Amino acid sequence: MANSDVPTLEVRNLQTHFFTRAGVVKAVDDVSFSVRPGEVLGLVGESGSGKTVTGFSILGLVDEPGRVVGGEILYKGENIANASDERMRRLRGNNIAMIFQDPMMTLNPVLRVDTQMIEAIQAHENVSRNEAWERSRAALEQVGIPAAEERLKSYPHQFSGGMRQRVAIAIALLNKPDLIVADEPTTALDVTIQGQILYEVQKLCEETGTAMIWITHDLSVVAGLADEICVMYAGRVVEHGTVNDVLDNPAHPYTLGLINSVPSRNRRGEPLAQIPGMTPSLLNLPKGCPFKTRCPRVGPDCEIEPAITHPVTARDVRCHYPVTAGEAAAPTSEVTA
Amino acid sequence: MSAMMETGESKPAAADSKPILELRNVSKRFVKSLDAAAKIANLFGAGLKDEVVHAVDTVSMTVADGEVVGLVGESGCGKSTLGRVVAGVHPATSGDVLFRGRELSTQSSAEARDTALKVQMIFQDPMSSLNPRLRVEDIVGEAPRIHGLVDAKGLEDYVAEMLLRVGLDPTYAKRYPHQFSGGQRQRIGIARALAVNPEFLVCDESVAALDVSIQAQVLNLFMRLREEFNLTYLFISHDLGVVEHLSDRVVIMYLGRVVETARTEDIFSSPNHPYTQALLAEVPRLDTRKRKFVPVKGEIPSPLNPPPGCHFNPRCPHAHERCRVEQPTLREIAPGRWSACHLNDGA
Ligand SMILES: Nc1ncnc2c1ncn2[C@@H]1O[C@H](COP(=O)(O)OP(=O)(O)OP(=O)(O)O)[C@@H](O)[C@H]1O
Ligand SMILES: Nc1ncnc2c1ncn2[C@@H]1O[C@H](COP(=O)(O)OP(=O)(O)O)[C@@H](O)[C@H]1O
Ligand code: SF4
Ligand code: SF4
Ligand SMILES: [Mg+2]
Ligand SMILES: [Mg+2]
Repeated sequence: MANSDVPTLEVRNLQTHFFTRAGVVKAVDDVSFSVRPGEVLGLVGESGSGKTVTGFSILGLVDEPGRVVGGEILYKGENIANASDERMRRLRGNNIAMIFQDPMMTLNPVLRVDTQMIEAIQAHENVSRNEAWERSRAALEQVGIPAAEERLKSYPHQFSGGMRQRVAIAIALLNKPDLIVADEPTTALDVTIQGQILYEVQKLCEETGTAMIWITHDLSVVAGLADEICVMYAGRVVEHGTVNDVLDNPAHPYTLGLINSVPSRNRRGEPLAQIPGMTPSLLNLPKGCPFKTRCPRVGPDCEIEPAITHPVTARDVRCHYPVTAGEAAAPTSEVTA
Repeated sequence: MSAMMETGESKPAAADSKPILELRNVSKRFVKSLDAAAKIANLFGAGLKDEVVHAVDTVSMTVADGEVVGLVGESGCGKSTLGRVVAGVHPATSGDVLFRGRELSTQSSAEARDTALKVQMIFQDPMSSLNPRLRVEDIVGEAPRIHGLVDAKGLEDYVAEMLLRVGLDPTYAKRYPHQFSGGQRQRIGIARALAVNPEFLVCDESVAALDVSIQAQVLNLFMRLREEFNLTYLFISHDLGVVEHLSDRVVIMYLGRVVETARTEDIFSSPNHPYTQALLAEVPRLDTRKRKFVPVKGEIPSPLNPPPGCHFNPRCPHAHERCRVEQPTLREIAPGRWSACHLNDGA
C-alpha cells in the first residue's frame, strides 16, 4: 500500500444542508475521513444516509437549495470547501474525478465517444488531437472494451449498460486523477462485469497511486476492495476504521445489524437477523441518537446525541453503548466453498 | 429444507411429488421488426431481415409443490422473460407450459382465469408496479372483488387481513403508494398478490431495490409466507447470496438457455458448468478481504447474435473445437444435477 504523510483528501467535520421549504435537511452533518494515495475508502450506508451528497460536496457539485455550511475539504492540504467555480472546474476531471451510478451523468448522448473523450483530454491539457485520440483508444482498452478503434466511433446508446459504465469509467481515468469518487457504479451490473470493473479500479490505485472513495450499500463489495470503511447513518459517520477491524469487530450497533443481515452470515433457510423499523426522515429525526428507535442497545444516555469516541484504538464510533469484541460474535454461517 | 429434496431424482426437479409447474421446450422469441426506412431499402434489394432475439431458448424444467427455485444469470439472459411466460404475462412462442399437469393453452377460459390467479408475479420496482392514484385498499382489494373472492361487505376486513399478513398496519389502507417507504411498498405488492390466494409466486428481483436492512425484512416475510400458505416460488435474482439463502434448488441461465440446475448446496459447493464456476468466483463475500480481482476473459456476447455451438465458448477457459460447432445438451450428470457442457462427456 502506497503511503504518504499528506492525505490526498481530508474531510473534516463536513456539513452540507439543504434549505427546503419543508425545513432544513441536514444531509451531511459532521462527516470526517481521509484517504491517502493508493488507498480505497469504502463509504457505506442505506439510501438517504448522505453518501452521494458527501461525494457531490467534494466535487463542488452541490446545487441550490443545498450548501456546504461547515467543515473543511482539504485536497492535498488546500481547502476546497468553498473554492471558486473556476478552481473547481479545473480540479474536476483533471485532479478529481467522479464516477456516477448512472453513466449517462458522464456521457453526452448526442456526441460520439471519441469526440467526448478527446474533448475531456484537451480541456485540461495542450495536446494534439491525434495524441488525445490515441490516449482515448488506450483508455477504452484498459477498461476491457474490445475493438476500441471501432467503438470510439459509436454513440453511447449503442453500448449495453455495462459497456456504457465502462466508457464512463474510462473517461474518469483519462487524466490520471489523484482522487476518484465512485458512487455505486457497479450496483446495477452483473457480478462478472462488476469483477471486471473492480479489477481496473484496483489496478489503477495500485499502479498510479490514485486514492479512491467507493460509495456503496453493499458491505461485501467493500470487504473485497477497500482498506478503510466509513459507515454512515442519517448524515453522520457512525463508525470508521480499517475494513478488517470494522467487519470483524463492529462497535456500532448499526454496523453490527448490517453485517448480521447479510444472507451469507445466516444459516440457510432460517430467518435473517434484521434491523427493525426503517430510516427516519431527516426532517424528523428523533431527539438524541438518530438510531435510537431501531437500536437493540438503547439506554438512558441515548436521549443525548452521542459524539465520536474511540472505544478501541484506531476507531471512530458514535454511540453511548458500543458493542465490545466478545459480544459481536456473528451468528455462525454455513461454510460454503 | 423440505423432505422431498432428499430423494434421488431423475428429472430436473423433485420427482416424488407431482410438479406444480412443468416447462417443456419453452421458447420465447421477440422480433424487432424493420422500420420504414429499412423496408424501403429492401425494395431496392438491401436484403435486411427482422432481428430476432431468442430471449428464452428451449427451456425445460419442473418445479415441485412447495419448492423455492432460484433463477440466476446475468442481465439480459432471459430470466424476466421466462418468469413472465410462467406467470402467463406473455405466451410462449413454442413449447408447453403445464400448471398442475394441465397445458395452459388448452385450458378453457374459466380454467385459464383460475390458473392466472394461482400464479402471481412480484416485481422489482415497488413504485412503478403500484398505481399511484389508487389507495392501498383498492390496490389490494380490486382483484379479489372482481373475481368474486369476497363481497363488498367483507372487503374491508379482507384487505385488513392481507395487510396484517405482510406486516403492515391495516390503518394504512386509506393511504396512497407515495406515502410509503420502498420496503413498505414492496409489502403492498406482496399483499396484492396474496389477495387472490395464489399457489405460485414469480418474484422478479423483488428485493433488489431495497436497502440491506429492509431486504432482510422482506426476505423473512417471503420465508414466513411460504410456510404459512404452502407457497411455491420461482425466485429471480442476480444476488447469489440471496438465492443461496432462500432456494432449495438453483437454475442457472446463460443467453436464453439453462446451463445448469442442481440443489442449492451442490451448486454452491461444487459448480459443474464453467459459467456457474465463473459466476460463483465473482460473488463478493464479507469474508473475502482485499481480494485480487481478475478481468473477464473474452467479450460478453449479445443475445441478438449469440455465438454458435455452446453460447459460453468465447469466454470459457475450457473451450475446445467441439464447443464452437455443437450445442451441448442439458443432461443429468448425477442424481438431481443437470449440466450442459461437453466436458461431462468424459473422453
Ligand atoms: N418486449 C421485448 N421486445 C424485444 N426484446 C425483448 C423484450 N423483452 C425482452 N427482450 C430481450 O430479451 C432478452 C432477455 O430479456 P430479459 O428481460 O428476460 O432479461 P433478464 O435476464 O431478466 O435481464 P435483467 O437481469 O437485466 O433483468 C434481452 O436481450 C432483451 O433485450
Ligand atoms: N436537492 C436536494 N434537496 C433536498 N434534499 C436533498 C437533495 N439532495 C439530497 N437530499 C437529501 O439528502 C439526504 C442524503 O441524500 P443522498 O446523499 O443522496 O443519500 P445516499 O446517496 O446516501 O442515498 C436525503 O435525505 C436526501 O433526500
Ligand atoms: S447511542 Fe444508544 S441508541 Fe444510539 S446506537 Fe448507541 S446504544 Fe443505540
Ligand atoms: S461446452 Fe465447451 S465452451 Fe461450453 S462450457 Fe463446456 S467446455 Fe466450455
Ligand atoms: Mg446515492
Ligand atoms: Mg429482468
